[in-house]
Amino acid sequence: MSNRATPDAATQIEIYRRMALIKANDERSRKVIMNGRLVMPYYSPRGQEVIPSAISVNLTDEDYICTIYRGSHDQLAKGLPLKDLWAEVAGRTTGTCKGKGGPMHVTYPTKGIMVTTGIVGSTMPIANGLAWGSQLRGDGRVTVASFGDGAANIGAFHESLNLAAVWKLPVIFVCQNNEWGEHTAYDKTSNVKVADRAAAYGMPGVRVDGNDPFEMYAIASEAIARARAGEGPTLIEAMTYRFFGHVFGDADAYMDKARKEEAMANDPVPRFRAQLIESGIATEELLAEMEAAIEKDIDEAVEFALASDFPGVEELKRDVFAEEMA
Amino acid sequence: MNAQSNVKAAKANILQAINAAIADAMEADDNVIALGEDLADPEEGGVCGVTKGLSSRFGEHRVRSTPISEQAIIGAAIGASLVGFKPIAEIMLMNFTTVAMDMIVNHAAKLRFMSGGQTHVPIVIRTMTGTGFASGGQHCDYLEAWFAHTAGIKVVAPSSPKDAYGLMRSAIDDPDPVLFIENLPTYWSPAEAPEKGHRVPIGKANVLSEGSDVTIIAYARMIQEAMPAVAKLKEAGISAELIDLRTIAPWDQETVLKSVGKTGRAVIVHEAVTPFGAGAEIAAVLNEQLFGKLKAPVKRLGGAFCPVPFSKPLETAFAPQTADIVAAAEALAKS
Repeated sequence: MSNRATPDAATQIEIYRRMALIKANDERSRKVIMNGRLVMPYYSPRGQEVIPSAISVNLTDEDYICTIYRGSHDQLAKGLPLKDLWAEVAGRTTGTCKGKGGPMHVTYPTKGIMVTTGIVGSTMPIANGLAWGSQLRGDGRVTVASFGDGAANIGAFHESLNLAAVWKLPVIFVCQNNEWGEHTAYDKTSNVKVADRAAAYGMPGVRVDGNDPFEMYAIASEAIARARAGEGPTLIEAMTYRFFGHVFGDADAYMDKARKEEAMANDPVPRFRAQLIESGIATEELLAEMEAAIEKDIDEAVEFALASDFPGVEELKRDVFAEEMA
Repeated sequence: MNAQSNVKAAKANILQAINAAIADAMEADDNVIALGEDLADPEEGGVCGVTKGLSSRFGEHRVRSTPISEQAIIGAAIGASLVGFKPIAEIMLMNFTTVAMDMIVNHAAKLRFMSGGQTHVPIVIRTMTGTGFASGGQHCDYLEAWFAHTAGIKVVAPSSPKDAYGLMRSAIDDPDPVLFIENLPTYWSPAEAPEKGHRVPIGKANVLSEGSDVTIIAYARMIQEAMPAVAKLKEAGISAELIDLRTIAPWDQETVLKSVGKTGRAVIVHEAVTPFGAGAEIAAVLNEQLFGKLKAPVKRLGGAFCPVPFSKPLETAFAPQTADIVAAAEALAKS
C-alpha cells in the first residue's frame, strides 16, 4: 500500500499529543466527579482516543465537526481549549456556551465544532447541511459527522447517507464502533458491518482499526481528500472499544470482563507512545514533558472553571430567540 | 405597476403570493436557498406548484428536490443555516413534520440556547395542511400547538395572499426558526395582491373588523368561516370584532387583550382539536389578565377530538363552521 498517506514525524507526535490530552482529560474528569467537586452526566471516551486524533490532524479550524454526548475526545482533538470545556461542563458563565449547554452540547464554532448532540444519530442530518453550505460556496471545507455503532440503526443514518451520496456532499461519516450501543452489544443489534452499508448508498465504506493511528490516518486522509476534491462522502467504520460503561456510574456488568481486560491491555495510548519511542520519532523526555504540560493545563482549566461564576437567572430569557424575552 | 392596474387592484392567490415572496427573497439574497420533496421544476415545483419556476430561475443548486427524507431535509436546512444560509425547507404536509420532530424540536429550536448564542438557526419550515379535501386521518391535521409549546420556534399561519407574502418575507428575514403553515383548501382563493417587498411583522395580529360586543380570535382557514359569521351576527344586532391572529407563537397578546378588554367576551376558533390547543393558552391568558372584566367565560371552538375522518359529512362536521361561531358568539352575547 505504497500510495497510502503516512503521517510524518511531527504529525505522529501531534496525534499522540491529542491522544494523551484526551486520556488525561478523561482521567481527570472521572476523578473530579468521584471527588464530588463536579456533578455532570459524563460519557467517557476512554479507549477511543486514536480516532479523532488521527482524523483531526487532517482538518483545519475551518472544517466542521458534529459530534455526540460521548464527544469530549472529538472536541479536544479539534482544538477546543480546556478552560472553555471545563467551564462549560461545570455550568459556568465562562464556558463555551455560558454553561447553558453542558457536556452534551459543547459548541465552539471558532474551531469548527458546530453541534454536539445528545440525540443518537442526529449529527448526520446536520452535517449534511454544513457540507451543503461548503458545496454551494465552493470553500473547500469538509464536515466530519461522528456517531456510534448504535446510531447506525436509526433512520437518520439511512436518510443522511443517502442524501449525502445523491448530492455528493463533502462529508465524512465516522462511525466509532466501540462494540456497545448503550448496554447492548453491536452484534446483537446488526447482522452486518456498518461499513458494508455504504454500498447501499453508492459511497465508499471502509472498516478500519480505529485504534491504529497509522491506519486511521491513512483512511481519514483519503476520505477527506475525496471530499475536498468534490468526489463525495465516505463512510468510515472505526473499530475501537469503550473502556467503561455507557455513562459514568454505570457498573458495566453487561460487558464481558475478559474482552474488556484484553482491550485495556491493548490500550492504544501507551501502545502508540511506546511505538513513537521505539521508532525514534520521539524521546521519553519529550513525551513526558508533553504529558506534564497537559496535566498542568488541565489543573489550570479545572481551577478556572470551578472559580468561575454561574450564569445569572436572566440567562433563562436569553438565547431562546435572538431578541431577549420579556 | 401602471395607472390602470392601480384603478383595479391586482389579484393574486395565496399560492402565488408565497411563490412571489420566495422568489423576491432569493433575488435579494444569494443565501436564501430552498429544499424539499418535488420542489424543483423537473418535479413540477411542488405537489401544488408553490415553488414552480424557482429552480429554473435560480438553479437547482439553490432550489433542490430531495429524497422523501424529512429528517434529512430539516437537518440539511439546519446545517446550512449554521454557516450563514437562509434555507426554506418544505415539509409537504404538516403530518409529515412528525417524522422530523427530533430535528425541529431538539435541534432547530434549541441550538441557539444550548450554544449560549454562538449559533442560531434561521430556517423557514413551510408546511401545508387543512381539512376539506377528504384526505382522512394523516394528511390534514393542524399541529401548531406542538410547536408553539416548544421554546425557540415561531409559528405563523396566514389567511390572505398579502399576509402570506408579508409573513414569508418576515420569516425569511427572521434570525430564528419559523414554522410557516399553509392551508391547502384556501391556496387558490384570489384576493388583493401583495406589493413587492411587503412585510407583515411576526407576532402582530390583524383586526379584520371592529366591534363592541364580542371578540372572535381565529387564524388560517377559520378566518373564512368567521367573516360570514361577523356579518350574520351584525344582522342579529351583535357587534363582533374579528382578529386574525396570523402569528400563533408568539401571539399578539396586546391586540387580543385590548379587544377582549373592550368587548368582555371572546370566542377562539381553530381547526386544531380543542383540548390543549392554542385556544387553551389564549383562554388562560385572558382569564389571568382580564378576570374581573370578562362578561362571560371564554369560549373555545376547535376540531372534534378525534382523528380527521374521511367521510364527507364527518369531515365537514369535524372543523368549526360559520354557524358554530355564530351560535357561540350569540350565547356569549346573552350573558
